[in-house]
Amino acid sequence: MKKIIEGSMAVAEAIRVCRPHVISAYPITPQTHIVENLSQFVADGKLKSEFVNVESEFGAASVVLGASATGARTFSCTTSQGLLLMLEVLYNIAGLRFPVVIVVANRAVSAPINIWCDHQDAVTARDTGWIQLWAEDNQEVYDMCLQAYRIGENPEVSLPVMVNFDGFILTHAFEPVELIEQKDADKFLPPYKPVQYLTTKNPLTFGLLVDPEYYTETRYRLQKAMEDSKKVIEDVAFEFKKKFGRYSGGLVEKYRLDDAETAVISMGSVTGTIKDVVDNFRDEGKNVGVLKIRTLRPFPKEAIYSALKDVKNIIVMEKSISLGLEGVLSTEIKGCFYGKENQPKISGFIVGLGGRDISKDSVRKTILKAEKELVEAEFVDLKYELIGGKLL
Amino acid sequence: MKKPEITESLLAPGHKACAGCGEALAARIIMDAAGPDIIVTAATGCLEVFSTLYPQSAWKMPWIHSLFENSSAVAAGIEVALKALGRENEAKVIAQGGDGATADIGVGCLSGMFERGHDVLYICYDNEAYMNTGIQRSGLTPFEASTTTSPSGEISWGNKTDKKPMPEIAAAHKIPYVATATVGYIKDLEKKVKKALSIKGPKYLQVHCPCPLGWAHDPSLTIKVAKMAVQTGLIPIFEMENEKITSVRKIAKKQPVEEYLKLQARFRHLFKKIGGEEEIKRIQQIADNNIKKYGLM
Repeated sequence: MKKIIEGSMAVAEAIRVCRPHVISAYPITPQTHIVENLSQFVADGKLKSEFVNVESEFGAASVVLGASATGARTFSCTTSQGLLLMLEVLYNIAGLRFPVVIVVANRAVSAPINIWCDHQDAVTARDTGWIQLWAEDNQEVYDMCLQAYRIGENPEVSLPVMVNFDGFILTHAFEPVELIEQKDADKFLPPYKPVQYLTTKNPLTFGLLVDPEYYTETRYRLQKAMEDSKKVIEDVAFEFKKKFGRYSGGLVEKYRLDDAETAVISMGSVTGTIKDVVDNFRDEGKNVGVLKIRTLRPFPKEAIYSALKDVKNIIVMEKSISLGLEGVLSTEIKGCFYGKENQPKISGFIVGLGGRDISKDSVRKTILKAEKELVEAEFVDLKYELIGGKLL
Repeated sequence: MKKPEITESLLAPGHKACAGCGEALAARIIMDAAGPDIIVTAATGCLEVFSTLYPQSAWKMPWIHSLFENSSAVAAGIEVALKALGRENEAKVIAQGGDGATADIGVGCLSGMFERGHDVLYICYDNEAYMNTGIQRSGLTPFEASTTTSPSGEISWGNKTDKKPMPEIAAAHKIPYVATATVGYIKDLEKKVKKALSIKGPKYLQVHCPCPLGWAHDPSLTIKVAKMAVQTGLIPIFEMENEKITSVRKIAKKQPVEEYLKLQARFRHLFKKIGGEEEIKRIQQIADNNIKKYGLM
């Protein structure tokens, strides 16, 4: 059934059919409608979940940690400062191997305070041991929510999953979304069967002190589980497509990349704008394509290399920066080509910070510039009048 | 000769607590009083460190340690999950934390747990400083105790503040049961654990636990020090139900605070430095105020 709904409602609808036992969230810092919609579902009896209103995002993450440890399917959502406040618990959830799912409405971080979209929040959390899926539109985020539980709860994976979609640009946008009936969702996503959980039937100790004799191996296992989850992420996306007709997950999406000489790499909703620009270039006879990153962690370096190995120019456009270096994605894309033959030129651009719009014209100029020269960490559409009239 | 019967404890022996550790004793008494059908959380701290060095664990019940400040929130998650999974009769939920985890870094999560009315018993093991990390002051460190972050010195008498009134703060959340206890009086501690677990809703139990290392007293004196804290009036032992004090442990024979202070080197400066007598009088005033406030005599 197709309905025109707000992005936040799309997430709430997706989570409703996933039947989480426990939802815990803090509504603000900053706010989205996701928790409001979910608490309304619970209030109306449309969703049988324990909904726990907490005192902070730190508390929310801790409540779902405890619930997941007890064998429950759990959900939380947050954004920006709230995600940063959760950060300590995020590491802990991953280390404990609990398949918690959270949705992040990606937004800028303070200071200066800014409530609009960019990707700095979740990119900052990339090393926590969470699988990170990134949606381009509201259909993708809807579909990814269902896939997230299937991926994380796979006993071979046993990792938490963070589904990312752009704050405001998607959370507050109304788009047509194909919704899945409960009975079909149940077939795709059966009840969670934890392998180990807190129960008096089999008393186990979780969260022990691990000294240098053993700690390294716990991190090795996490790393291996992350690497191995790539196959599960793809398998789940294929199975989802078989059931519902859409390939909306997986590691990357290739767009008009056959015979492309230039490829633009991006994540999230800006990819739509870039695709429009690429269509125009194609009409003009230019061989340009797009590679969208759907999974940032585990980082799909093999898929990226195989998609781009014949490309001459790679242009990374990203909405976050590792201050003092460049965009994180730029560095990581360069890593995909280390030691390979036929090194492409890889340029990096920082776009759309703190919710600044990215026009098709800017994208077009950026691509044309990067075809001519190598560019590193260039801020697109800088307003010179705000920085003293020239580049610093 | 008949061998003495050794009963199985839910906190197994062989863990790595110091000799004379009040917290280890309290934890064993509490777990055994609570019985096997419990799920237990712990904050980061001595308790977790001495009992769970991988690959060993001293805990015989389902048990989880997550972080320093979220023992109460994790316990809340366990409690709602049991409800959501239809397993609420499987176990009672107990959360544990030290004084720093409870009164300082974890007070936000704890307040949330109280406010939401989770059916959880929260235990605060109060050994009056961050002992695991080297005796730094916490919000429950007593007035003028010398710690590594509130040392006595040429111009300092040690910790400048008195203990944060956590039991009253807990009670102000209108939770059904708040109590203080001590390893000095074990029967009383057992009784309070059992009573707390018979009540539905959030419960707060703060247990005074001498720390031979941090308080610098002889490990053989743990029980004596604990009792003396009560007999001076410095540590009032009471119960509060629905915000009202419903019982107090009366002081049999009031001891001057010197008798308590002189057992512990953390108060040694009060006896060595000129002017210490005046400071001891101030501590006596705290004890006398407690006696009056809680009706201890």
